[in-house]
Amino acid sequence: MDEYFDALEKEISKSAKEYKDRTVTTIFFGGGTPSFADEKRVCGLLQRIRDEFNVSADAEISIEVNPASAMRDKLVSYRAAGFNRLSIGCQSLSDDELKILGRLHSSSMFVETFNNARNAGFDNINVDVMSALPGQSLDSYGSTLKRVLELEPEHISAYSLIIEEGTPFYDMELDIPDEDTDRAMYHETKRILKEHGFHRYEISNYALGAGDDDAYECRHNKVYWQRGNYLGLGLGAASMVDNVRWSNIRDIGTYVKELADAESSFDKIRENVEELSVKAQMEEFMFLGLRLVRGVNVRQFKETFGKDISDVYGNVIDKYLGMGLLQYAGDEENYLSLTDEGLDVSNTVMADFLL
Amino acid sequence: MDQSKIRNFCIVAHIDHGKSTLADRMIEKTGVLTLREMQAQVLDNMDIERERGITIKSQAVRMIYKAKDGQEYTFNMIDTPGHVDFGYEVSRSLAACDGAILVVDATQGVEAQTLANVYMALDHDLDVFPVINKIDLPSAMPQEAKDEIEDVIGIEAQDAPLISAKNGIGIEEVLEAVVHKIPAPQGDASAPLKALIFDSIYDSYRGVIVFVRVKDGVVRKGMKVRFMATGAEAEVVEVGYFAPGSFVPSDELTAGEVGYFTASIKNIQDTRVGDTVTDSAKPCAEALPGYKKVMPMVYCGLYPADSAHYSDLRDALEKLQLNDASLFYEPETSQALGFGFRAGFLGLLHLEVVQERLEREYDLNLVTTAPSVVYKVHKTDGEVFDLTNPTNLPDPSEIDYMEEPIVNGEIMVTTDYVGAIMQLCQERRGKYLSTDYIEQTRAILKYELPLNEIIYDFFDALKSRSRGYASFDYELKGYEKSDLVKLDILINREEVDALSFIVHKDGAYERGRKMCEKLKEEIPRHLFEIPIQASVGGKVIARETVKAYRKDVLAKCYGGDITRKKKLLEKQKEGKKKMRQIGNVEVPQSAFLSVLKLDNVD
Repeated sequence: MDEYFDALEKEISKSAKEYKDRTVTTIFFGGGTPSFADEKRVCGLLQRIRDEFNVSADAEISIEVNPASAMRDKLVSYRAAGFNRLSIGCQSLSDDELKILGRLHSSSMFVETFNNARNAGFDNINVDVMSALPGQSLDSYGSTLKRVLELEPEHISAYSLIIEEGTPFYDMELDIPDEDTDRAMYHETKRILKEHGFHRYEISNYALGAGDDDAYECRHNKVYWQRGNYLGLGLGAASMVDNVRWSNIRDIGTYVKELADAESSFDKIRENVEELSVKAQMEEFMFLGLRLVRGVNVRQFKETFGKDISDVYGNVIDKYLGMGLLQYAGDEENYLSLTDEGLDVSNTVMADFLL
Repeated sequence: MDQSKIRNFCIVAHIDHGKSTLADRMIEKTGVLTLREMQAQVLDNMDIERERGITIKSQAVRMIYKAKDGQEYTFNMIDTPGHVDFGYEVSRSLAACDGAILVVDATQGVEAQTLANVYMALDHDLDVFPVINKIDLPSAMPQEAKDEIEDVIGIEAQDAPLISAKNGIGIEEVLEAVVHKIPAPQGDASAPLKALIFDSIYDSYRGVIVFVRVKDGVVRKGMKVRFMATGAEAEVVEVGYFAPGSFVPSDELTAGEVGYFTASIKNIQDTRVGDTVTDSAKPCAEALPGYKKVMPMVYCGLYPADSAHYSDLRDALEKLQLNDASLFYEPETSQALGFGFRAGFLGLLHLEVVQERLEREYDLNLVTTAPSVVYKVHKTDGEVFDLTNPTNLPDPSEIDYMEEPIVNGEIMVTTDYVGAIMQLCQERRGKYLSTDYIEQTRAILKYELPLNEIIYDFFDALKSRSRGYASFDYELKGYEKSDLVKLDILINREEVDALSFIVHKDGAYERGRKMCEKLKEEIPRHLFEIPIQASVGGKVIARETVKAYRKDVLAKCYGGDITRKKKLLEKQKEGKKKMRQIGNVEVPQSAFLSVLKLDNVD
């Protein structure tokens, strides 16, 4: 593990040289569970980033924690190191459901973690919850949501479990809620969270505050959907900088070895490098932007691509406007967005935006 | 050539009883070919045939056999198609022979097809002698097989050679039997030419190669010949014999001989199987009996899965037709499937063979519509026409009555399954005629069956309900008045022409219901609810609904998910492209095929 952290620090330093003229506005420690690792090393990484990159003073700096691993001292260290946003993978507050999911934590561990986080000074906390879990009922889901809300988090990510081929769940005979229940949970999420003063700003993400108040929206994740530049560090991390996408390799041996060599180029630890064509950029602009409730900025499309959105996507837009799945909204109808019905079937609509 | 040294014969057998293997062994023993030259089965040279173990295109081969009497004999073995669809072609091949070897499997005994083929041979006045094959198998019961042949068919069988074609046992005996039991031809070489066409193939260099049995007279190079039924005339360019897998030119073919000739004929339609070839300068008085123009019995629509391949399909059909005079096709358009062809076939197997060849040899991806038989529509204004495409059925108010083709069917089945098969025949509107017990464990059921009941999945149903122990054979009986209706399928309230078909009134509900159920499984969910309805005369008789999907969301899409997410969307879009657009519903190609197989054993 230490070897990995050493390599990661080297990657940070090396990358910082490449991007020294850029300002870092958000940082996110996630993917896997950083809270399982030694907090000294984790905080050390953040320190290294702050030392070598140009990190803005008001940067949003998040870390994902798992209730089974995030003890009080760890959280205090994170906060002290400069992390200012916490994302807790709660998933459910039914211990039976957690067991089926193979989670190591219990509902009481989650509550304890949350309280520790507050006490450590975190005033921007996200909680992940999941619907459509095996064995879950509408009641148990509602109860999870309500108990989470009693803790008054600032942000909720509500995912519906999608079982994909190739995952262990796919081959298991599970008691998955039927479609109507799944659907009801999904609507229950919107209803309950609205009641508690949240607004939905992305397909699965809700932030405290009215719709025009983006204070608690996750700035980091919005970068992905608005196609800002981001640099992924560490094994398997994905990046997009200046319309080039790539991901880091997943083989730890090579990763460590190549970074130990000061002369080695990034090519050795990067793969799937793809320079995005204008066509691909337009496609991404649409299918990522439409994930946001606010939608895509029509004017920005024109500024970016030099073409009216209707010249490229007129037919598709008309089709879905007609079906009530898309709408123009915002001041001067400057945003094209999915309606509530459209958000429910967003994949179908987005697929039509591929050129 | 001395006719007394010629033997023209064929081999008749039930499928799988070893006809082709015996033919191969005889060819080997007569030494025309070395072992190395032999393909596994010389006579069947099409892949499909080999895989299915059946022979589709009739061919002939000449062998030279030195008999025990010290004389050299010329054997002409004419291979016959083994399936009921090709009944007419079989009959013409038989007419080219003087005798037949009947192969009976010692483990299976006489089967429905064996009977049908033997009776056909006897009808053509052929001398038939039996051989018992597969005697080396543990389950062989040669004596029982002999007794059965005598009991059921009524031909002498006690001295039948006991052979194993596979292992080359008893082949010599068979060859001797050919010499002694099959009569020599009795033609008149000095009479005007009279030759029977029993097959023809197209060759891109030589034009049509006509396969003939010369009954009287001589055919030689340079001679002008006339095809009596079609009236076509041509000058003979080449004549010759058949060696296994090749043609051997010679100067002439005389009375009693079997061979081929070419005459720069471009159109295979001019050289119809069963027609008589004569000398233009000195024609014979009358043609050989038995010629008839074969008419397609089953029609279906053939469409390219990708409409861009329409011209490829047309070229492929053109090429297939060069060698298959019984394949009929004409362009048609379907609202649902676009541009394609309505093709006519001798039967369902013929249809399947053509379909497979188009897909395999021409690499085409096809959508086939439900096969339809030819109905006779009598309109109230007195007009009568043949209906080959259900879509063309006039409004019911214009129809006086309709007739459908009926076949005489014979099903041979072990007694255990008689009940199940009788039930099947009843479900298929069969009219029971009789049950004949061949022996204690086997019976022949005779039924009159409407052809449209057996062209869908009757063979599959027969197989599954008898665990493979039933064999079936049929011949067209004629047309009968019937209470038929057109069943239409509506997807999202739009009629889909490619799914319409004619069905008996009593079966309409059941069939409509099953089709709706099947289509419901095949049509993916859309953003809106899709009713699938079956209707007769504008009245809905069955309905299913494909519910709208209400959720199609990828919950998580962060930095590392974007590439994968795009692939998912691409897949979704690609899947849509492969579908047929009916109104605003996307229907997969498989939906059109799935409705062809509806029988399930309840």
